[in-house]
Amino acid sequence: MLSLQRITKTFGGVTALEDISFNVESGAITGVIGPNGAGKTTLFNIATGLYSQDTGDVYLGGQNISRLPPERLARLGMIRTFQNVELFGQMTVLENVMVGLHTKSKSGIFSCAFKLPGQIREEKTIHRRALKWLEYTGITDLAGMTAGSLPFGKGRLLEIARALASEPRIILMDEPAAGLNSRETMGLAGLIKKIRTSGITIVLVEHDMELVMDVCDTVVVLNLGHKLAEGTPRDIQENPEVIAAYLGDG
Amino acid sequence: MTKSQRDIIIFTAFGLAVMITPLLLRGNYLLNVFVFIGINTMLAVALNLLLGFAGQISLGHAAFFGLGAYISGILTTRYAFDPWMAMVAAALCVGVIAFIIGFPILKLKGHYLAMATLGFGIIVYIIFNETVDWTGGPSGMSGIPNLSLGPIIFDSYMTNYYLIWVFTLLTMLLSVNLANSRIGRALRAIHDSEVAARVMGVNVRLLKVQIFTVSALISALAGSLYAHTMTFIAPASFGFNFSVELVTMVIIGGLGSIYGSFLGAAILTLLPEFLRVFHDFDIVIYGLLLIVMTIFMPGGLIGGFEALAAAINRRKEA
Repeated sequence: MLSLQRITKTFGGVTALEDISFNVESGAITGVIGPNGAGKTTLFNIATGLYSQDTGDVYLGGQNISRLPPERLARLGMIRTFQNVELFGQMTVLENVMVGLHTKSKSGIFSCAFKLPGQIREEKTIHRRALKWLEYTGITDLAGMTAGSLPFGKGRLLEIARALASEPRIILMDEPAAGLNSRETMGLAGLIKKIRTSGITIVLVEHDMELVMDVCDTVVVLNLGHKLAEGTPRDIQENPEVIAAYLGDG
Repeated sequence: MTKSQRDIIIFTAFGLAVMITPLLLRGNYLLNVFVFIGINTMLAVALNLLLGFAGQISLGHAAFFGLGAYISGILTTRYAFDPWMAMVAAALCVGVIAFIIGFPILKLKGHYLAMATLGFGIIVYIIFNETVDWTGGPSGMSGIPNLSLGPIIFDSYMTNYYLIWVFTLLTMLLSVNLANSRIGRALRAIHDSEVAARVMGVNVRLLKVQIFTVSALISALAGSLYAHTMTFIAPASFGFNFSVELVTMVIIGGLGSIYGSFLGAAILTLLPEFLRVFHDFDIVIYGLLLIVMTIFMPGGLIGGFEALAAAINRRKEA
């Protein structure tokens, strides 16, 4: 589904990622883990078009997407969430999810301003589908609230609902459990598994080992910009290099 | 009652109030003030699309207003264009100009965008003053023909009032529609988080340029209407001060509120009538107003009213 090939990225002399390659299997949950500063978020930003890599290529379903901006990637079915939750704070929860349907609708300024018949129909579809995703993620009761006033955990769910609304083929989540309490994390694990059963490929960057080991099929370990290991959660847990990287060389 | 039904009721009520207002006004002086309120509302709504929805500042909107007025004036007085045709030509011209300058300008953010639009406004203002052969320079251009529709000639205060307000109401209606649509939501999304909007598939760069173009085009239309109703234009009406006044209208009324823009325009049109004693200091008063509003009522008057209504509702429930 998603394939990163020989990605290298430097920031003013500091090598953030060096020669990173791995494949994300279609329909699987892939976890990317690593200590702080390993380059996980950089890798995500490159894959989703926010940064551009120095060398290497990114393929989505066989198509080279290396130089495409994020708005194009959304149309190709790749969507992401953010570590710090990037919501549209002044809009309602429902409206946030409706923006998620942007790529699934096409009325332009003219037909929106003049309320042409096609636009009215489309607006109804957007509204109906957005409500469906609120229900899917269990935040229907918050629909009318301003997104900026949501507690963090609910904001996270909203961000996932908004991402799902674009009906992606693959969804990349940057530390979805960050800032969540253990009950919320459990709920999140359930939601992630539920999303997988609907056929959507998932990539997680995550610190919460318990979550990674629970939900992931494959785990990629980064350390200081290098790929340290790749395998099933069980392999990774027993890999001496990974243990050394996490616990120090001692 | 759904939101769109409520929108229709509010708009109909507002439209009716606008239509009967001239029947209640005594004298041409007040009627003329209300003509100006109409033009300023149209401009404030246009700027609000850019500033209130997409969150992009323009300190050069008076230039688009002026370009509309001058292109209309020049085409009708020098090239014997029909005023309606001149209006269409002016709007299209300004739309094209805005579209072209929009791409480089809207790459800028915050203060830099403010400076670039300010620069554009000043350049256009200088052109109005210096191309004397075309514009008549600082002393202005007169003899611009009135618009007419069949037997009706829009040359009296009363006919001008209805002419202007039909266009203003139309602008407001289309803007309300736009606000509650896919495009309106995408614009507000840009305002709140540009990066998230992009990730959700919104072509931020193109949409900014599109709304900038629409905003400039409506401003140009207001400019043409102004030229054809006043029949005289001079550069002083289209300078930096007026750009600032427009921003003040939008902020006082409430960013992102179409009816707020009307309130802001009404207040800033009426205020100078009361502030004549201060004459050249009116810009200082606007500055003070802006400071006070942004500190105490960041949502503008409409935002303030909404907060007040919410507070009353809470008290009722308690």
